[in-house]
Amino acid sequence: MTAQMQSAPPAGTGTAGAPPALTLEGVTRHYGSSRGVESLDLAIPTGELVTLIGPSGCGKSTTLRLVAGLERPDAGRITVAGEVVADRSRFVNPENRRVGLVFQDHALFPHLSVARNVAFGLDRLPRAERRKRVGDLLDLVRLAHLADRYPHELSGGEQQRVALARALAPRPAVVLLDEPFSSLDESLRAQVRRDTVATLRETGTTGVLVTHDQTEALSVGTRVVVMHNGVIEQADVPEKVFEQPATRFVASFMGDADFLPARVHRALLTCEIGIVSTVPGWADSDVAVDVVLRPHEVALRAEPNATAHVSGVEYHGAFVLHHVRLASGRTVRSWQPHDVRHPVGTAVTVTVAAGTAPTLLVGDRAVTTPPRNAPRPPVLP
Amino acid sequence: MTDTAALAEPRPPRRRYRTYGVGRPAWSTLVVVVAVVVATPVLAVVVDGLGSLGSTTPPRDLIPMILTTLALMLGVGAGALVVGGGLAWLVTAYRFPLRDLLVWLLVLPLAVPAYVLGFVFLSVFDVAGPVQSLLRTVFGTDVWVPEVRSLPAAILVMTLSLYPYVYLMARSALIEQSSGTYDAARTLGSTRGQALRRVVLPLARPSLAAGLALVMMETLTDFATVQYFNVQTVSVGVYLVWKGTFDFHAATQLAVLVLLFAVAVLAAERALRGRARYHQQGGRRQGFSPERLRGAPAWAATAACVAALSAGFLIPVGQLLIWAFGQIAADAGFLADPRFVEYLANSLLVAMITAVACVAVSLGVGHAIRMGGGRVVSFAAQLTTFGYAVPGAVIGIGVLLSFATLDTALERAGVPGGTGLIVTGSVVGILYAYVIRFLAPAYQSVGASLEKITPAITSSALSLGAGPHRILRRVHLPLARPGVAVALMLVVIDAVKELPIVLLLRPFGFTTASVWVYELARENFWEKASLPALVIVAAAIIPVFVLVRQTRRREVHGTTSGKEGQ
Repeated sequence: MTAQMQSAPPAGTGTAGAPPALTLEGVTRHYGSSRGVESLDLAIPTGELVTLIGPSGCGKSTTLRLVAGLERPDAGRITVAGEVVADRSRFVNPENRRVGLVFQDHALFPHLSVARNVAFGLDRLPRAERRKRVGDLLDLVRLAHLADRYPHELSGGEQQRVALARALAPRPAVVLLDEPFSSLDESLRAQVRRDTVATLRETGTTGVLVTHDQTEALSVGTRVVVMHNGVIEQADVPEKVFEQPATRFVASFMGDADFLPARVHRALLTCEIGIVSTVPGWADSDVAVDVVLRPHEVALRAEPNATAHVSGVEYHGAFVLHHVRLASGRTVRSWQPHDVRHPVGTAVTVTVAAGTAPTLLVGDRAVTTPPRNAPRPPVLP
Repeated sequence: MTDTAALAEPRPPRRRYRTYGVGRPAWSTLVVVVAVVVATPVLAVVVDGLGSLGSTTPPRDLIPMILTTLALMLGVGAGALVVGGGLAWLVTAYRFPLRDLLVWLLVLPLAVPAYVLGFVFLSVFDVAGPVQSLLRTVFGTDVWVPEVRSLPAAILVMTLSLYPYVYLMARSALIEQSSGTYDAARTLGSTRGQALRRVVLPLARPSLAAGLALVMMETLTDFATVQYFNVQTVSVGVYLVWKGTFDFHAATQLAVLVLLFAVAVLAAERALRGRARYHQQGGRRQGFSPERLRGAPAWAATAACVAALSAGFLIPVGQLLIWAFGQIAADAGFLADPRFVEYLANSLLVAMITAVACVAVSLGVGHAIRMGGGRVVSFAAQLTTFGYAVPGAVIGIGVLLSFATLDTALERAGVPGGTGLIVTGSVVGILYAYVIRFLAPAYQSVGASLEKITPAITSSALSLGAGPHRILRRVHLPLARPGVAVALMLVVIDAVKELPIVLLLRPFGFTTASVWVYELARENFWEKASLPALVIVAAAIIPVFVLVRQTRRREVHGTTSGKEGQ
C-alpha cells in the first residue's frame, strides 16, 4: 500500500496552485463476494491523460463508476476539481458532478441527431450559446457536416467522435473513457486513438482512459495506473512502469517477463546464467532475489557445450522469439532479429545485454535498495 | 419495513455486477408504494380469510366445489396439453397440405373468449338447438342425449378456447431448440423418433409447463363461462357467496381457497420445469427438418388441424356472424341502440384508463430500477406484477375488502361516510382491480423496451447533467415508445375482454360490452349477444396477430438460416 502512495505524486503538481482535477483517497468499494476496489489512492493533476490498465475484473471499471458517481464508495474520499463529491457524509449524484463519460459502445442517444446529442448536456445554457458551443465542438471533432445525421447513420469512428464531443460539451473537469476504442476495427483504431488524444490535449482536458491493451496504455498516457485484484499496483510514467515495474504482476502484465532466482552478493547480481550485472549500493549485502528478464534484454549465442538449449521458435516478422530451456528446467525468452533463427535443440549460452539494469524482486515487490531485514540467508546457486 | 436506510444506500444485488446507479430515494419509494398498493387487496383477503376461520360455517357444498374445480382444471389442462401439444407437434415435425397456413390460423381460437364460445356451443347443442332438434325429429322425442350443461361440456369448451397457450409455447420451444442438441443426438446414433423423444421433448418440457400453467390459471379465474354449464367451481362460489350474502368472511375464506389453487398451479409449474434452465446457446436454430406426410396420414393431419380450428374459431364466429346479420337485417336500427353504444363506450373508457395507468406505473417502476436501487426495489418491482397470477375473484373480493376496511378506519377517524360510495358507486374499484391484474403484461413490454436501452445510455445521460426526471422524459420515455404502444394495446384489449372482475365490482347500472354479452347469453338471447361478442372477438384478434408476428419473426429467422445451412 505504501508503495502506491509514493508512486502517486503529491497533489497539485500539474498547474501551480490549482487543485488536482481528480483525487482518490483510500477509496474502497466492496461487493458481496469478491470484486471491488480496495483503498485506492490517486491524484491526477489538471491536464493529464492517465491510462488505467489491468486484467478484466481488476476493478478499473469500478473505479471509473465510483468517480462518475454511478457507485457509492464504502470508504474513502473522492474530489473532482477540489470539490468533495464522495466521502463518509457527502455524495454528489452523477448529474451534479463535473465528470464526462465516453463508453465503449459510445452510448449515443439513438433518437437524437448528432447536434442534439452534443447539446444534451448544455440544457442550462441560453439557446444562442448552446448552438455556438455545439458548433465549436463539432468543428473540433471535424463532424460539423454530419450535425443533422442520426447515430445509426454514422460509422463507428464518427460515433466515437460524437461521443467525445458530447462528453466535452459541458466542460467537465475530468473525462472518463471506458475502453473507447475496443469496439472499433483494428484498422480504424489507431487513427481514432490519435485523434482522440489530440482532441483531449488540444482542449487541455484531464482524462482517465481505461484500457486492457498494454501498448495503448503505454503510448497514450502521460501516466499509467496498473490495477490488479482491486488495488493499484503501480502509478507512474510509462517508462518507469515498463522499465522499473514495482511488482511481479506489473512486470509480467506490462510486457513479457521471465523470472529467475538470483543472488546479490557484494553488489554482484548472479543467477543461473552467470553474472547479470552489478548492483551499485548493495556492496554490503548478500540477498536472495528474483531477477526480471525481458526478452529484448536476453542475448543468445550458439555454443555446442552450453547447458541451455532452444526449446521453441516463434517467427513474428521483424523479430523472432526464442524460448530457451535452462539447465534447471526454467525457461527464458529472447527476441532475436529476423535473420537469426536457432533451430529447436540448439545449445546456446544465455547472457544479458550489456548495460541492462534488471528489476529485482523480493517476494512480489521490486526492490531498489538492499532490504533492511535481509529476507533470506543466501543460498549458493 | 426496515428498509428506509437500505433504500437510500442500497446494497448491490447479489449476482449482478453491473448496476445502473446508486439509487434515488424518491423513485425507490415509489416502487415500494406501488408494490404495497398492489399487494394490499390480496394480503387483505389472506388475512381476513385465515383470521375468520371457524367464525362462519363453510358452504355445504364446499367439498363438491373443490372436487369440481380440480376436475375442471385437470380436465382442461389435459385437454389443452393433448390438443395444443399435439397440434404443435404435427405442424413442426411434419409437412402436410395447408400446413403453412394452419400453423398461424391455429392460434385464432385465443381470440374467442370462453364465455363467448360457451354460449355459441350451448346454442348449437342445448335442448333448443339444431342438433337436439334434429335428433328428436329423427329418433323421436324420447331420444337420450347427454346433458349439455355439464362438466365435460365445460371442459370441452374451455379446452377449445385455451389450447393455443400450450400450442404457442410448445411451438416456440420446438422452434427455438438449437440444432446442436438434435444433431448431437442423431450423430450419437439415435433415430429421428428417439431423438425427438429423448432430447426434443424433454427440452420442451419447461415451455409445456408454462403453457399448461397459463391454461389452468385462466380456467381457475373464470366464473362466467362455467355458470352457463352449471359447473360450481370455487371461483363461482366466491362470486355467488358475495352476491348472495355480502358476507366478507365467507367470501374471503373461499377466496383463500382459490388462491391456494393458484399457488398449487404455480408450484406445479416450478416442479415440472425442474431445475432446468434450458437456455440454449449457439446453433442456427435449424432444429430437425420436418418429415413430409403423404396420402391418408397427410389428409388426417390436415383434418385434425381444421377440426380444432373450426370448433374453436370458424364455427362460433360463423354462427355469430349469421346471428348478427340476421339482427341487422331484421332491424337496422339495432346498431344505433343507445345501450350498445353506451356499453361499448363504458368498456373502452375503463380499458383505456386502465391501460394508461398500467403503462405509467410500469414506466415509473422500470425507470426507478434503472436509477438503481438494489434488492428492495427489484423485489418490490417483482411484487407489482404478481396480480396476473391471482384469480379475478380474489382480486375483486380483495379490493372490496380493502375499501371496506379503509371506510371503517376513516369513519373511526371522524370522516362521516368514509370513502363514501367510491367502490360500490363508481368504477374506481374496477380500475384498481384492473391495474393489479394487468400491470404484469404492461410491465413486461415496457420493461422489455427499457432493457434494450444499454446502461451506458443512462449513465451517459446522468454524467451529462440530466437528473432522473429529465432522463425519464428525454431518454427513457422516447426510447421505450414501442413497448409503451404495445403495452397500451394489450391492456386495452385484455380489459375489454375481462369479465369476472367487472361482474364482481361493477356499480349498480354500470354495464360493459363483456357483461352485456354475458347477461344476454345467460337469458338465452343469443342473437342479441352476437354483435357485442363479435366486437370483442374482433378486438381480441389484434393481440393474437401480434403474438403470431413475434413467433413468426423468430421462425423466419430460423428457417432462412436453416436454408443457408443446407
